[in-house]
Amino acid sequence: MILTIAAREFKTLFLSPLAWTVLAVLQLILAYLFLTQVETFTTIQAKLATIEGAPGLSDIVVTPLFGNAGLILLLVTPLLTMRLICEERRNKTLALLLSAPISNIEIIIGKYLGIVGLLLIVVFLITLMPLSLLMGGTLDFGKLFANIMALLLLVMAFAATGLFMSCVSGHPIVAAMGSLGILLLLWILDWTVAMRDQDSGLFEYLSILRHFQNIQSGLISSVDVGYFLLFIAWFILLSIRSLENDRLQK
Amino acid sequence: MTKLIEAEHLYRYYGKQCAVNDVSFSLGKGEVLGFLGANGAGKTTTMQMLCGNLAPSAGSIRINGFDLLEQPRSAKRSLGYLPDVPPLYKELSVQEFLHYCAQLHGITKHAINPAIDKAKQRCGLVDVSKRLIANLSKGFQQRVGIAQAILHNPDVIILDEPTVGLDPIQILEIRALIRELGQDHGVILSTHILSEVQESCTHVQIIHQGKLILSKSVAGLNQIMDTASLQVTTRLPPDTSVLLAIPGVNSIEQLAGNCIKIHHSVTDNPTRQIAETIMAEGWELQELTPVKRSMEDIFITLTQGNDLSV
Repeated sequence: MILTIAAREFKTLFLSPLAWTVLAVLQLILAYLFLTQVETFTTIQAKLATIEGAPGLSDIVVTPLFGNAGLILLLVTPLLTMRLICEERRNKTLALLLSAPISNIEIIIGKYLGIVGLLLIVVFLITLMPLSLLMGGTLDFGKLFANIMALLLLVMAFAATGLFMSCVSGHPIVAAMGSLGILLLLWILDWTVAMRDQDSGLFEYLSILRHFQNIQSGLISSVDVGYFLLFIAWFILLSIRSLENDRLQK
Repeated sequence: MTKLIEAEHLYRYYGKQCAVNDVSFSLGKGEVLGFLGANGAGKTTTMQMLCGNLAPSAGSIRINGFDLLEQPRSAKRSLGYLPDVPPLYKELSVQEFLHYCAQLHGITKHAINPAIDKAKQRCGLVDVSKRLIANLSKGFQQRVGIAQAILHNPDVIILDEPTVGLDPIQILEIRALIRELGQDHGVILSTHILSEVQESCTHVQIIHQGKLILSKSVAGLNQIMDTASLQVTTRLPPDTSVLLAIPGVNSIEQLAGNCIKIHHSVTDNPTRQIAETIMAEGWELQELTPVKRSMEDIFITLTQGNDLSV
């Protein structure tokens, strides 16, 4: 039943121009960034060859590419998730799901998996770019894998936040703005700490960017993975509670 | 016979406002229950509670023997619901939409297509099945909504104002469909069109300001409506005192000219004696018509807080 809802959500995304536009625009921007990065590499390649233990192709091309993709997806994911529950409620189609023999948990997880499906395609298309380098060079596959994993966990966390905001807000734009606000705040939380030049353990732990970069660097520790998993579970749980609330009172 | 729906002492508060106040009723197989009420009387709230879209503040609902709050999945399996606004995904075609609904209701794979075909046939959607729902007229969208509710052949079908926005011919078709469904399902429909209840329902309930103020079978209701009075026209002015003396006559109302209205009791119908008296007195009877109380009259009497007096 979860898969039925997920499949419907996924297909519906592609019925509107939204998903296609997002995929096309993302691909265009990231391809541009990718090419400049490759160009940088080719110009400094000669110099790098003389240095012992210099950063390789993966460090110069792959890591920045995935880093930029993370930032761009931070802006884009709220737009993809804003309709999830919010629009169903506005169009009164939520009644169809609520009166069918399915639980709220299934509705929320189904919706979530639907949007994650689209994000998987995004990550897949981004991964194709560094893979194309294999035609003329070699890659550090461990590092590439770490980057893919980091980006996947990141966008899944974005989607969970977006889903929750879509549950609580009455209008899609409000949902988009709300989730963008939360995500951006968590993203820049680390900056303020760095500026004041003092350690704040809590802010550092809460910052999404910090955990993302940790995994990206190839250091896959359970702290960082656990952060993302907790993050996702927390917002999905809140979404389920919020939908439950819909039935209890209006 | 097990009851399909048993609702007991339902209450629903929105903040301090009480939208549904101590409503209890039951529905059996083969019954079509008409839910009547003015706007804002609590019809839709009651239906939303029956369908699990809204939790009651107090009270219990059992559908097909399953408690809606404790075993929602089993209870909802035997439920088909058309809300006041049909829940349609406008970007899908009729076929796609019904397919999705069938999946949601857990119809097994090989049974989906026959179920969709049957629902499309019953609701007259065969010709439009490939069109997008967004491009259909309001009437057709309403039909898709009904198709969605009967698709999985549920025991209980709940329709919230099913004939709104339909043209007269479609209304007749839908009423026929409701009667047909009523034969082997339990149907609840809400409406504020009184004639609709008379035509398609076996039972009627009137809800006013959240309270049930009348709950009767349509046959019983017809009996109440039958109470009433005779309209009599004669060529010569009749002597009302003579007519009043006839047993069973309660009062006489003078209308225009030689036209009078005789109120009489239902149990002791004096029509024959009245006619005979008029003949015998030589007033020359021109018209003698029983005046039925219309459903509108009863509705208005009830909702204005008067007793249902004869």
